[in-house]
Amino acid sequence: MTATLPLISLRSVGRTYRTDGIAVTAVRNVTFDVDQGEILAVMGPSGSGKSTLMNMIGLLDLPSEGAIYLEGTNVADLSEDRRSTLRARSIGFVFQSYNLLARHNAIENVALPLVYCGVGHKERLGRAEQSLEAVGMLHRAHHFPRQLSGGEQQRVAIARALIASPLIILADEPTGALDSRTGAEILALFAALNQRGQTVVMITHDPRIAMQCRRTIRLHDGELVSDETIAPLLPRRSIGS
Amino acid sequence: MTMLQGFRIALHALRLNPLRSFLTMLGIVIGVASIVTVFAIGAGAQLRLQEQIRSIGANVLMIMPGAVYQGGVRLKDGSKLTMTESDVQAILEQIPEIQAAAGSIAGTAQVIHEGKNWNTTINGTTTGHFMVRDWQLSSGRYFSNAEEAAAGKVVILGSTVARELFAPGDDPIGAQIRIMKVPLEVVGVLDRKDPAQDDVAFVPLTTAKLRFLGSASNINRDSVAYIIAKVAADGQMAGARSEIESLLRQRHRVPAGQDDDFKVQDPAAAMEAQQGAIRTVALLLVAIASVSLLVGGISIMNVMIVSVTERTREIGIRRALGGRMRDIRLQFLCEALVLCLLGGAIGVLSGVTLSMTVARMAGWITSIDSEAIALALAFSIATGLIFGFYPAHKASKLSPIEALKTE
Ligand SMILES: Nc1ncnc2c1ncn2[C@@H]1O[C@H](COP(=O)(O)OP(=O)(O)O)[C@@H](O)[C@H]1O
Ligand SMILES: [Mg+2]
Repeated sequence: MTATLPLISLRSVGRTYRTDGIAVTAVRNVTFDVDQGEILAVMGPSGSGKSTLMNMIGLLDLPSEGAIYLEGTNVADLSEDRRSTLRARSIGFVFQSYNLLARHNAIENVALPLVYCGVGHKERLGRAEQSLEAVGMLHRAHHFPRQLSGGEQQRVAIARALIASPLIILADEPTGALDSRTGAEILALFAALNQRGQTVVMITHDPRIAMQCRRTIRLHDGELVSDETIAPLLPRRSIGS
Repeated sequence: MTMLQGFRIALHALRLNPLRSFLTMLGIVIGVASIVTVFAIGAGAQLRLQEQIRSIGANVLMIMPGAVYQGGVRLKDGSKLTMTESDVQAILEQIPEIQAAAGSIAGTAQVIHEGKNWNTTINGTTTGHFMVRDWQLSSGRYFSNAEEAAAGKVVILGSTVARELFAPGDDPIGAQIRIMKVPLEVVGVLDRKDPAQDDVAFVPLTTAKLRFLGSASNINRDSVAYIIAKVAADGQMAGARSEIESLLRQRHRVPAGQDDDFKVQDPAAAMEAQQGAIRTVALLLVAIASVSLLVGGISIMNVMIVSVTERTREIGIRRALGGRMRDIRLQFLCEALVLCLLGGAIGVLSGVTLSMTVARMAGWITSIDSEAIALALAFSIATGLIFGFYPAHKASKLSPIEALKTE
């Protein structure tokens, strides 16, 4: 049984926000598994609960109903500190707006998660270089975010998500702020990472992007309306070249 | 995250806005600089007083002329020499606690040796004077009994006078100097005590009276200007003092109810009282300087709160990337600490510079005490911790999801 344990299991997960006595249910009764090595698109219209779901999978938030298991552990049983440490070691976030620290250069941004893994300065920089190399951004290591294009910033952000060799990369509309050509390049990067075995969960509302993922989950008003796996259409291209 | 990483992040953040960082720490700089300066000047003043107390000698009482009545009118204290050599004798013989005593008369005159001359205090006294003041010779000898009895033409020089009259290699002992045209042989040179005390030349009391004062009519042959007496032990000071007072009242036939024609003083006690006053003033100034430190702390807290608000998104990012609440708290606490420590260090440097400048320009003695510096730095660390804690705590409590949503 342990051999087939899914990386992530969601069981009847719900999330209800209560503000000033008004309850808003952002996610309700969602159940699915993510296996090691999968690439998964989460689709749905704006406000359908995609980001809420991703925050819970990424241990930034806890379900108000149901449970999420990360490698068999109910994340609600973990302490706040333990969840933070797991975020540093096991989760790689990629955001629509890149979320790089404006006052740090690319390599420092990439190395940041390792600060919270207790890795020393020298080793951090060495691994950050490798990570930048993997996304084809080593030549921009000492540039600041404002000196980089949107696509380049997103590549740096992906390098940062990769640096601690996480169990899973969670990308919330990673191409949402990019033109379609650059968006396609970023998508190809994720595809290439997945081909090397990296598990990726990607939120998108672009059907063309979702089509390139083997599996697509659709949300509507916080509910899971479909979970489809299709034949692979991914371009067989290597990254960085 | 380690403390070291916290400091590195803090330095990075503060370097990005050097002017703001400097203005933020200015209050701490001023507070610490004031504390260090006040301590340095206060400690210098104390040192100088202690030096003076030491140079007077331990357990010394000084007897000066007091109130004088002439035709029912009270004259200024000390306007007449009321003490005599026989008073000295009586004090020595009748009061057992007194180990040594000497009468002195003093004036100023030129002392001349070959081409050099120097204006100094000429003190006519007896060898007892040096016993009272525990004043050792660096070379030569004290006056002999014969010289004291027969107005010998001998002189003992204070170290300042010896330095001014003689070249460094020259031995003053045996040399002839002249004071008011009288040739005198140098028989001794005294140890250094204190710049204020060392500028003096001693001659036997008889020599001073016969050869320098001549037959000035207003001076009784037996008179002395003041008497110093050494009490055997510290605990006997008060007893010896009242015994001297009753002895002298009786000898001078001071009627009951009338003010004494002499005053007995304990110079060391007077100076110690002065020392206490200096300490009080210094403490008051330190208290005022601490207010500046407090204001500095509040300004740091204020800027840190603004900084946390400005950097909410950064906090969200750091939390998403795995920063624990305590890591965020440590980061901002380190920032406040670095501000305070840097401010403290600049303050110490300015304080040291300022007190050294004061020392040079005003000629005050200042003493820079490592304890005062440690205290000032400890104060700044405490300020950083106290006023940095609230903003750091606030930062650590932010919800990562909400923080990531801010612009
Ligand atoms: N902190 C919150 N408090 C109250 N309602 C929220 C909060 N966050 C999200 N929501 C609501 O939950 C729903 C889903 O939001 P979200 O997960 O951001 O959707 P998506 O990412 O699919 O656009 C929306 O209706 C949104 O208004
Ligand atoms: Mg969203």
